[in-house]
Amino acid sequence: MNMLQSAADRKHYSVIMSRADDFDCWRDQARRLVRCGIAPERVMWTEPGGLGDLFSAGSRDGEALPEPPANAPHARASKRFVSVARNAILHSDPERFALLYRLLWRLQSNPRIMEDKTDSDVRRIEDLAKSVRRDSHKMHAFVRFREVQDEDGTEHYVAWFEPDHHIVRANAGFFKRRFANMHWSILTPKGCIHWDGKTVRESPPAQRSDAPDNDPTEDFWRKYYASIFNPARLKVGAMMSEMPKKYWKNMPEAELIPELIAGAQSREAQMVDAGAIEHEARPETLEAIERAISACRNCEIGELANQAVMGAGPQDAALMIVGEQPGDQEDQSGRPFVGPAGQLLDVHLSEAGIARDRAYVTNAVKHFKYVQRGKWRIHQTPTAKEVDTCRWWVEAERDAVKPKLILALGASAARAMLGKTVSINSVRGQPIALDDGSELWISAHPSYLLRLDGDARKQQEQLFQNDLSEVRERLSQIAA
Amino acid sequence: MGSLSTIEKLGILADAAKYDASCASSGTAKKNSLGGEGIGSTEGMGICHAYAPDGRCISLLKILLTNHCIFDCHYCINRKSSNVRRARFTPQEVADLTISFYKRNYIEGLFLSSGIIKSSNFTMEQMVEAARILREEYDFRGYIHLKTIPEADPELVHQAGLYADRVSINVELPTRKGLTRLAPDKDASQIEGAMGKVKSDIVEAKDAKKRFKHAPRFAPAGQSTQMIVGADTASDSDIVGRASKLYGGFRLRRVYYSAFSPIPDASAVLPLKRPPLIREHRLYQSDWLMRFYGYQAREVQQATGEDGNLPLDIDPKLAWALKFRSMFPLDVNRAPREQLLRVPGLGVTAVNRIIAARRHRTLRLDEVGKLTVSIAKVRPFICAADWRPTALTDRADLRKMLAPKQEQLELFAA
Repeated sequence: MNMLQSAADRKHYSVIMSRADDFDCWRDQARRLVRCGIAPERVMWTEPGGLGDLFSAGSRDGEALPEPPANAPHARASKRFVSVARNAILHSDPERFALLYRLLWRLQSNPRIMEDKTDSDVRRIEDLAKSVRRDSHKMHAFVRFREVQDEDGTEHYVAWFEPDHHIVRANAGFFKRRFANMHWSILTPKGCIHWDGKTVRESPPAQRSDAPDNDPTEDFWRKYYASIFNPARLKVGAMMSEMPKKYWKNMPEAELIPELIAGAQSREAQMVDAGAIEHEARPETLEAIERAISACRNCEIGELANQAVMGAGPQDAALMIVGEQPGDQEDQSGRPFVGPAGQLLDVHLSEAGIARDRAYVTNAVKHFKYVQRGKWRIHQTPTAKEVDTCRWWVEAERDAVKPKLILALGASAARAMLGKTVSINSVRGQPIALDDGSELWISAHPSYLLRLDGDARKQQEQLFQNDLSEVRERLSQIAA
Repeated sequence: MGSLSTIEKLGILADAAKYDASCASSGTAKKNSLGGEGIGSTEGMGICHAYAPDGRCISLLKILLTNHCIFDCHYCINRKSSNVRRARFTPQEVADLTISFYKRNYIEGLFLSSGIIKSSNFTMEQMVEAARILREEYDFRGYIHLKTIPEADPELVHQAGLYADRVSINVELPTRKGLTRLAPDKDASQIEGAMGKVKSDIVEAKDAKKRFKHAPRFAPAGQSTQMIVGADTASDSDIVGRASKLYGGFRLRRVYYSAFSPIPDASAVLPLKRPPLIREHRLYQSDWLMRFYGYQAREVQQATGEDGNLPLDIDPKLAWALKFRSMFPLDVNRAPREQLLRVPGLGVTAVNRIIAARRHRTLRLDEVGKLTVSIAKVRPFICAADWRPTALTDRADLRKMLAPKQEQLELFAA
């Protein structure tokens, strides 16, 4: 082409593809262009129905490609290029034909260019081919047939699928080999394919409403999908990356996903609760309870380096005071409410006129839950599940002591008594009747007061004091 | 009991089968239904037809023939003493269900397992019968995976291998001690004996196939097994060691790990807590290192911590590289393939690309970046034309730099 620099060789050419996925047509045209020495920037590729198609329609015949010189070398391409190009050409990117031609052009001077994955053209083509392969793979996976009866009574399986790329024709073979003795049709917005057991037939694009809208077997499939899912191992991200939401609308099982996810946490909790702890008979005396809790490993707290702290006080106390859990000092001494919070409680009890030594004082959770930070053991609030696990022991203590009035300090203690979480502010200052006829009063935990300062602390101490005074009054009424 | 509908039975028997991790449908002989009477094809790569919210792929109709069982294995939801609803399919029902799912493109085939009823032989016969109906009466050419029962007659196991693409026998627990404690009715020697027999059947059939074109195929997708992780005290090091012996001794295609998960009506012998799912993930990563990256079991074991477990915060390959820093940095332009495969952050694809690209040019760091997913992880371990990590490889806090950021704690952590 160097020798024959004429005006004709600088002309621009337009190639109009007959079909969006026609590799053979592209290859014939591209071979010819290479042999004519027409550089990529002088060729415009257009797919049927594309934008360029409209404007260049008139010149379609006028700009015929020149005949290649008889002695021009044939275009060459590596095997890798051909296999990548066969997939890339199915991509919906309108640039694909031009991109492939540019790479083919460069291959003539650098036949091993496909090996250089740092080249941007090579990478783009590989990316196109990869997303087409993925789309095909998802088509193999996510097409869902529904059974209908043809007029002659034969079973006919029809699917509606929405591919991203022009992959339908290229994948007919897969479905033919798989369902060779079945009549099937795959309808898509990019064209349809049909198989009657002998030949593959094509038809123009269809709509979703052309496909059947139900199949009774889908109930079985949904049942299977819901049953094979293990709620103890929820990994929604892993599912979404392999089965993106865009496919869900054509998959009968996908409608179950939201409720399966929502139900998973509670189903696992149920399994653990229902099956995990097999208690022996509940101990009946305080001594027996003390022995049992020191061996209790029903939750992880029992595994920490700590000792069980048993409630303390007379076995016939009318008042039972329940805190959250032992702290660092309680754990060391083995007695409840002896640390800073206990001391504050003592102050308020004596101010309200309640004798602590006549009350049975205990905790909702029997072991100290902490994390080690250097030499300090930092208190950790027990989880609701841990409180619920430990209710077994608090209930046993209640049975043994049979208090007339229970004062629960803080949310954990309230949960241990009620089995549900309540807001302290909305339940404090009023009695709650319990099943065994005793009364429950709920107030803040003294350690909460310790964490406040200034006016807020004064205000809360006053509220706490008021609660204790009411408890004292109620106690004397009950005693009378 | 007798009045359960098919759909109810499907619910019960799929629920009972979900603790089996295997779902693979790849690696079998190519076949298709052209020229046959029925349907089905296998073309090498398996297909995942759906994904459940647990992230597992659904490729096969995975069900039990029955969840009645005369065994009492503690970790198993179907054990004799468990209080679950029981159901039983006939072989015909299993075959019909498989076909009607397959025709709608829901599945690649069938994975049939079973609780033991009456006797091991009786159960095995029933399972083989389901496979026979599919293959002979329906000319089904899709994938079949049969779980075989170690105590069953070897002739029945052989029959299973003739119909199935893959057969498997679960070793269940990584140590013999664990098996004795948690599965008192099972016998480790018997399990290994049955695996050995299947192995020699596979080898024989392959050999015959070379000489006689029409020699019957025997389990062309090989055999696999499964171990439960976290139900006993075995460490990752124990597990990796056992897996490598199984791969070597029985030429298994896959060893599956299944993190012990809480089951309804669990036995008191079991831990209450599930092991972190990440542990299972780390074991699979180590499995990959052995299968595709040329690591020896011994080397994976070197990556474990003092307690014999793999670190949970970083992957085993990075853990190994951090322990053996003297091997690094490697020059991406010169290092041989098997060494490049040891660089954390470089997978098999990236290594192939590097080797192809470096024939064309001397690679700079940004070019390596184009060939890999993330250059940040790779950087401390490689040299390129314009890059030398100098002190980076020796930094004491390298692990911290490379470990993924702490994730937020689980809101509803059990």
